[in-house]
Amino acid sequence: MTPVATPFFFYFLAALTLLSALLVITRKNAVHSALALILGLLAQSGLYLMLYAPFVAGVQIILYAGGIMVLFLFVIMLVNLDRSQKEEQFNRQWVAGSLAAIALGGLFVAVFIKGKALFPASSAQIAEANNTQQVGELLYGQYMFAFEIASLLLLVAIIGAVVMAKKRI
Amino acid sequence: MLDSVISYLGSNTTPGQAGNVVWALIYILIVFGGVSVAVMAMNWLERKALAHFQIRLGPMRVGPHGLLQPIADAIKLLTKEDIIPERADRLVFWIAPLIILCASFAVYVVIPFGPTHAITDLNIGILFMLGVSSLSVLGVVMAGWASNSHYPLIGSLRSSAQMISYEVAMGMAVVSAILMTSLNRSGTGTLSMIGIVEAQQRQQIWYLFKFFPLGFIAFVIFAIAMVAETNRAPFDLPEAESELTAGFHTEYSGLRWSLFMLGEYAAMIAVSSIAVTLWLGGWLRPFPNALTGATWDLVFSLFPGFLFLILAAVAGVGVIRMPKHPYFRVQTLGLAGFGFVLGLIGLVLFAPPVRDRIQDIFWFTAKVGFFMYMYIWYRATFPRYRFDQLMRVGWKVLLPISIAVLIGTAVVGVVF
Repeated sequence: MTPVATPFFFYFLAALTLLSALLVITRKNAVHSALALILGLLAQSGLYLMLYAPFVAGVQIILYAGGIMVLFLFVIMLVNLDRSQKEEQFNRQWVAGSLAAIALGGLFVAVFIKGKALFPASSAQIAEANNTQQVGELLYGQYMFAFEIASLLLLVAIIGAVVMAKKRI
Repeated sequence: MLDSVISYLGSNTTPGQAGNVVWALIYILIVFGGVSVAVMAMNWLERKALAHFQIRLGPMRVGPHGLLQPIADAIKLLTKEDIIPERADRLVFWIAPLIILCASFAVYVVIPFGPTHAITDLNIGILFMLGVSSLSVLGVVMAGWASNSHYPLIGSLRSSAQMISYEVAMGMAVVSAILMTSLNRSGTGTLSMIGIVEAQQRQQIWYLFKFFPLGFIAFVIFAIAMVAETNRAPFDLPEAESELTAGFHTEYSGLRWSLFMLGEYAAMIAVSSIAVTLWLGGWLRPFPNALTGATWDLVFSLFPGFLFLILAAVAGVGVIRMPKHPYFRVQTLGLAGFGFVLGLIGLVLFAPPVRDRIQDIFWFTAKVGFFMYMYIWYRATFPRYRFDQLMRVGWKVLLPISIAVLIGTAVVGVVF
């Protein structure tokens, strides 16, 4: 089998991700922003596929594009968009925002320029067929503690949401 | 070019795995055409069966017993004026039906109609199916919002809430079935659709009956959740006619509306195929473990041919019972021709090489067809749920049971 991970696909998906990321922050209409974000997430899952991580790609689609973003849209649709479009953005966050973006960009450039020393020349290629199994073994073996902590956090978040939404339980 | 086309015939993998582009395209065209025809047939069958449930006749005018009704409908929809509401969000309004259509057709890439009869076999097959079919809720939400009207908005809100809620229980039920694939010596399960059916073949049992009643309960939960996922009665709140006119696609007309319908029926077939693959043994014929031997193989391989012969006989009875008035002459001739073609197909299916190639596809289609009939049956039988009842069933009944089944399956699998 010939590999599908050709440069064309990488540049195509990367361009799609960047384009949709730009659309997210430039659209005035919040629903359009959310839709662009979904497109970006889908392109990202394509990038995961190119890294031979099919499980992560599938989970990305199910959780982010199919679950979380639908909830986002759900809330945004109920907001009165006409009014929020007319309102002036009153805080001056763009200064801090662009500073943070420049810092992050500088970090990326630095890593790109002398990144060869930071990463191993070749990482162990995990067979695609038992990718899911490898992820599971890592999560429940080596990173068991972090995994459990993260799930506990989520549980707390769920309970908190229920408590806040309901006055009497 | 020609070489690769011919050489594939000797191999025994799917065209996607063999990396054969030509055959992959042929398979895609066949599946796409087959599903479209199945949707039309389902449309006719649904109207007909519902009518008979309600002691009516249903479509009778276009063609014998309304057989040509779907074609007439399609022509009507194609030539209808395509209205976009004035203050609608045009781009989103335009994309929404396409998303639903793409999401419901893309999942057919991994559906295994037979050990080699699938477009491709992904190692995350079932994840891919769940993920892509969960994208169709986006189309519903977009359609409802872009219409800039109240009924569609409420319909799409209901729909997205419903689809997300039932997706959770559905996912849990699917996981418990996947867990069963890992109960072999090496202890490695699989997410690939073909792999799941092959695991059932190896373990000599359909997962419906595995760890009875655990597999059965998981199957029932999936069967309920999949009706809710596809927005069909009794969970058709998003398009409850009496409350919301037509729900999220109220403002759609003509071709775009028909795209929604096509997407809905294609999604129904797709989720039914998931259920068949996970619990009903996919392409395996009934009783592969009890009724073994060459004789039984022969008997079961004759089923498809006999089915078509029976259909031809039914058409023949229809021809005989047709009124003898000259007005009906064309219809009578058409029905006779249709029956003749069906009989011819039946005879071809008896030929040994065709018989062996076709039988897995036949059993898969037959099982899916059973589910499609159940959809009609539900619609004729059950009254519509209220929204709070729907949510209660989804979160307080199905989800706890499915989690319990998942834990139970894991425990039983480890212990035995």
